[in-house]
Amino acid sequence: MGFKSFCFKKSLWVFHFGGASCNNCDIEILDCLTPRYDLERFGILLVGSIRHADVLLVNGSINMRDRDRLIEIYNQAPKPILVVAIGACGCTGGIFAEGNTFAGPVDKIIPVDAYIPGCPPKPEAIIAGLVKLVNSSNPFKRDK
Amino acid sequence: MSKKFLIPIGPYHPLQEEPELFKLYCEGEIVKDIKWETGYNHRGIEKLSESKTYDQVFFLVERICGICSTSHPFAFANAVEEICRIEVPDRAKYIRSIIGELERIHSHLLWVGLAGHFLGYNTVFMWAWKYREPVLDLFEMITGNRNSYAMFKVGGVRRDIEAAKIPAIRKVLAEVKKKTDLLTGAVMDDPVIHARTKGVGILTKEDILDYGAVGPTARASGVAIDVRKDDPYAAYPLVNWKVITAEEGDVFAKAKVRLLEMYESISIIEQCLDGLLKEKEGDIAVKVKNIPEGMGTGRAEAPRGEVFHCVFSDGSNSPARHKIRAPSYVNIATFKKSCIGQSISDATISLAAVDPCYCCTERMAVAYDISTGKRIMNGAEILKASAEKTREIMSKLK
Repeated sequence: MGFKSFCFKKSLWVFHFGGASCNNCDIEILDCLTPRYDLERFGILLVGSIRHADVLLVNGSINMRDRDRLIEIYNQAPKPILVVAIGACGCTGGIFAEGNTFAGPVDKIIPVDAYIPGCPPKPEAIIAGLVKLVNSSNPFKRDK
Repeated sequence: MSKKFLIPIGPYHPLQEEPELFKLYCEGEIVKDIKWETGYNHRGIEKLSESKTYDQVFFLVERICGICSTSHPFAFANAVEEICRIEVPDRAKYIRSIIGELERIHSHLLWVGLAGHFLGYNTVFMWAWKYREPVLDLFEMITGNRNSYAMFKVGGVRRDIEAAKIPAIRKVLAEVKKKTDLLTGAVMDDPVIHARTKGVGILTKEDILDYGAVGPTARASGVAIDVRKDDPYAAYPLVNWKVITAEEGDVFAKAKVRLLEMYESISIIEQCLDGLLKEKEGDIAVKVKNIPEGMGTGRAEAPRGEVFHCVFSDGSNSPARHKIRAPSYVNIATFKKSCIGQSISDATISLAAVDPCYCCTERMAVAYDISTGKRIMNGAEILKASAEKTREIMSKLK
């Protein structure tokens, strides 16, 4: 286990970027943090600034207006950062991929480490995705 | 003279789920002017809808907004059924109303939680969201998904609610009612919430009528408008219920209206379940062969107010034009009245009080030049540009 993977084993702080989404994934992410699922017991905390974050959660299709801001936020993030694309729109563009303002799925804009598909993914799926990412021997595969 | 300064909130602010930008122009602590910018959430849904078949459009309009994901299909179904002039079976009407009201409960609970969060009162947030979970479980049992239920189609609904499921639904409703009592008691008696929300963000009856605000925002100021009563659809004329109003128009009144509306929703669902037991099982949709030429309008009362859909059909498989107007579109404009003159700390809860939903609202985006304030492109200019492009391509072909 490398130093970077070791540092990302515990107490991940997440920053939530809601693109042009329909709110479904947003409320499911918040659901993960509320008492039923309570991700905070693992030290996973929603933070207000990208500069404090270890993980960037991106959901929703990205439109032309969001694209530059997503790149800006990614650039502001402390590196290394894990990027998780949540929901069908985050992974592929989903039902909005044919839209006239669509600016490509998230992985065409910034590098993505994990995909959690579903419309919306259930909180269980989001938790499973994050656990898989943290438990993988090297979450930063794309660095190689 | 105090100095004026600008406080931007957003577009990606931890307070907000959705991307939008508020600009608060302040003098000292007092908000003097407010401007907001949207367009971060524009997905071109109206245009996309023209490329999809009527069956597919239901899945698309469901994803306009995840929180009110029944009200858009509801209004769209009403519009298309007006074109076809068909009457859906009573059983389908009951099922539609049950889903619509369950959604209202979950949306209002969600709002109560978020309002608590905006006040810095995270206990309310956690509790309200915990009590919302059984409703989502119910959705999962009935429709197979926690959000985006895919229950609607032209002429009826896709799935039945079997008699075997009804006792389980009643049990959850009783539980939700108990929790709502608890939450209502906690919110109504809490001195902190009283101090933070009473007399804050007041909208008078005149303001509501001037801005054309709808939904709980209007009802909290004493304007009793509710599409379910004014233009009855689905099973709402078949059951007994009343429109909840309050007179004060402040944030507390809006919270009160929403909490009391949840009781009405529970009572509507109970009555619809009684109605379901009387109807024959399986009779949930009428067959629709084709959609004739014509125009139809459909309205539905979303948790946030009136959703309006207008569909033009040219007799083909997909809508020729589909216009959507969401409640937040008019409600957001009331910020001009409710926030100006307040302190910055009260502005956030005033903004949240109308339960704004930007993904519902963003149907069109217009670009303005910041330096001159001039509109960069309008509809005619876009058309002109499009015509020019066609001419250019044609000239190349020759």
